[in-house]
Amino acid sequence: MEHAHHVEHPDMYDAESSKVGMWLFIFTELLLFGALFVIYAVYRYMNPEAFHLAGEELNRVIGTVNTVILLISSMTIAMATTALQKGQRNVAIALVSVTFVIGLAFLVNKYFEWGVKFSHGIWPGSEHMMNEMSHGEVLFFGLYFVMTGLHALHIIIGMAIMVFAVRGLVRGKVHPDRPSLLDNCGLYWHLVDLIWIFLFPLFYLIH
Amino acid sequence: MQTTAVNGANYLTYQGKYKGLLGWILSTDHKRIGLLYLYSIATMFTTGVLLGLAMKFELLAPGKTIMEAQTYNSVFTVHGVIMIFMVVVPGLPAVFGNLMLPIMIGARDVAFPKLNLLSWWLYVAGVFLVLAALLFGKGSPDTGWTFYAPYSFKTGTNMLPAIFGAFVLGFSSILTGLNFLVTIHRLRCKGMKWMKLPLFVWTLYGTAWIQLLATPVVGITLVLVALERVFGVGIFDPALGGDPILYQHLFWIYSHPAVYIMILPAMGAISEIIPTFAQKHIFGYKALIASTMAIAFVGYLVWGHHMFTAGMSGTAQYYFSLLTFIVAIPSAIKVFNWISTLYKGSINVQTPFYWAVSFIFVFMIGGLSGLVLGALATDVHVHDTAFVVAHFHYIVFGGTGFAFFAAIHYWFPKIFGRMYDKAWANTGWLVFFVGFLALYTPMFYLGMMGMPRRYYDYLEEFHGGNILSTFGSWVLVTGFIIIVVNLVRSARKGAPAEANPWHGRTLEWTVPSPPPVLNFDEEPVLGEKDGPYNYE
Repeated sequence: MEHAHHVEHPDMYDAESSKVGMWLFIFTELLLFGALFVIYAVYRYMNPEAFHLAGEELNRVIGTVNTVILLISSMTIAMATTALQKGQRNVAIALVSVTFVIGLAFLVNKYFEWGVKFSHGIWPGSEHMMNEMSHGEVLFFGLYFVMTGLHALHIIIGMAIMVFAVRGLVRGKVHPDRPSLLDNCGLYWHLVDLIWIFLFPLFYLIH
Repeated sequence: MQTTAVNGANYLTYQGKYKGLLGWILSTDHKRIGLLYLYSIATMFTTGVLLGLAMKFELLAPGKTIMEAQTYNSVFTVHGVIMIFMVVVPGLPAVFGNLMLPIMIGARDVAFPKLNLLSWWLYVAGVFLVLAALLFGKGSPDTGWTFYAPYSFKTGTNMLPAIFGAFVLGFSSILTGLNFLVTIHRLRCKGMKWMKLPLFVWTLYGTAWIQLLATPVVGITLVLVALERVFGVGIFDPALGGDPILYQHLFWIYSHPAVYIMILPAMGAISEIIPTFAQKHIFGYKALIASTMAIAFVGYLVWGHHMFTAGMSGTAQYYFSLLTFIVAIPSAIKVFNWISTLYKGSINVQTPFYWAVSFIFVFMIGGLSGLVLGALATDVHVHDTAFVVAHFHYIVFGGTGFAFFAAIHYWFPKIFGRMYDKAWANTGWLVFFVGFLALYTPMFYLGMMGMPRRYYDYLEEFHGGNILSTFGSWVLVTGFIIIVVNLVRSARKGAPAEANPWHGRTLEWTVPSPPPVLNFDEEPVLGEKDGPYNYE
């Protein structure tokens, strides 16, 4: 031991550990949004009519389009992981890239959707909201912006992970024997999708 | 293997990719990260102690003594934020969990060493964010560590960095929990079955689940408070239809389980120390595990007892009160098991043992006074009085704090490869213990008599108790100084320690002191008859 100076830590890669770690992280994300869903439930119960009125203001067409494209993106990222398992690296890269573009499309839709709200004078703390809306509507839109905003932030994080996954694939650091980065990227993206699946009916559909 | 390795290549002396300080703050070695946490937490603890000392000095006499009311508000807020989010929540898991967990289960490191280092960096970032709130902006935070709505977004003081800092610290805590969970699931050595895990590991396991599942709730709640301040989203603002009591619910859904994040690993450390110094198998190993998991689970369901007077239906109050009484049972089981372990043991009286038994003493008083607060009728009487402060400090300072000191005196020779001066260590403990009792015991009485908490002033009739309490704070700090000076000095100049000075039976005592970089020369294997507390 006297001369054991430049000791490097061994490579501790373990695909199972990575997967378990990602699932645990997903639990924390679910609880993060879970608290918001609780708040939504409480205020919907307290202000049923205002939530009904405010919900009609949202554009169901954009909401539906975004739901459909997110579902498609979940499919493409799942196909990417399968492609990697089969050793088709380039197919995997293409599929992750497609998923990335779809995520971008979702954000563009969201941008226009929020833009329309802003042009109607609806944003947290706006004069229109403070003076002309009931408390229930203020809460509805407050929650709408917080929850869809936080979700959009998760879309962005998911897309950032995709960039790393593609980089890993290109550089050969992510390969069929070491797929965790892509697998976890997919798991995370499914989470982002799943949360939207709950947000969509809560804000756009139920009245 | 029973040799000392002070001069060999151990984790303290080895040279990795980086030199000097960088070799520490960029190290992914779990032991170095544990020490980084130890030094950071010790620094923050000292800061918190100084703030507490200032508060006690203010309360030496009625009226203004050394500070204005507004300053006092900031001091108790910052004291709380530092002590909760930077000291007792990370405390035992981040320091001793990091230092000992992988060795105790026969692993080389935690499952995600880089993530582990990231946790420490996030901790440091959180610390600086909170400190920024003190130095910049319009005045230090003055809401209390609970950031209650609506005051937390109405006050003009500099809340945003403090809230964001608490959020970042929470993130650090989540990542540590995640790392430990995966480590315990995946990296146990051969033969280390679940029912052979040391009890400290079991408590870290229960704690990690709480860190993982409770912290995000307070995280998003703090984000909402920040958004409320910046944009006025209205979610907790009664002027916009929001409900501030909902804030309290969400806050305590995390912050009550957080109390168990603080106390569970403390109980785990005590469960290691008691059998080692009784030199006897731990009594009720399975009961201790079951009680750990029961506390972790039931601990989620009792948050409402912080809000009995805040506005809640009678039915909810009954259930929360009942569950509060139920969650006391597993803690009582633990105390029973520790005492039973001592019975007919061959007790080796050493410093860690003094800390451990004094832990049991103050923890019992703290726990039983908690039942006074958990009972609906008495809570109305003592709610928001000094009684609550006394109870809380008996549990968290007397519980977690004493266990932390027990743990540092227990694992010190393993961590640094040197032994501390035992006579000074015992003196430090005695002075600290006496100071602790003098500091907090009068507050039970003062609270019963009706002295409110969080006021810089009080009626003349409370003067006597407060003098005793302030005097106690001075004694306690004297003890603290003795302990720290002794440990710091011994870490450099103490006599070299043996690999197993206390005759412990867990795996960390089979490796040299301090441990080599990779912990074990070859992966240990636990035989059928080996166990963590196998005393013949």
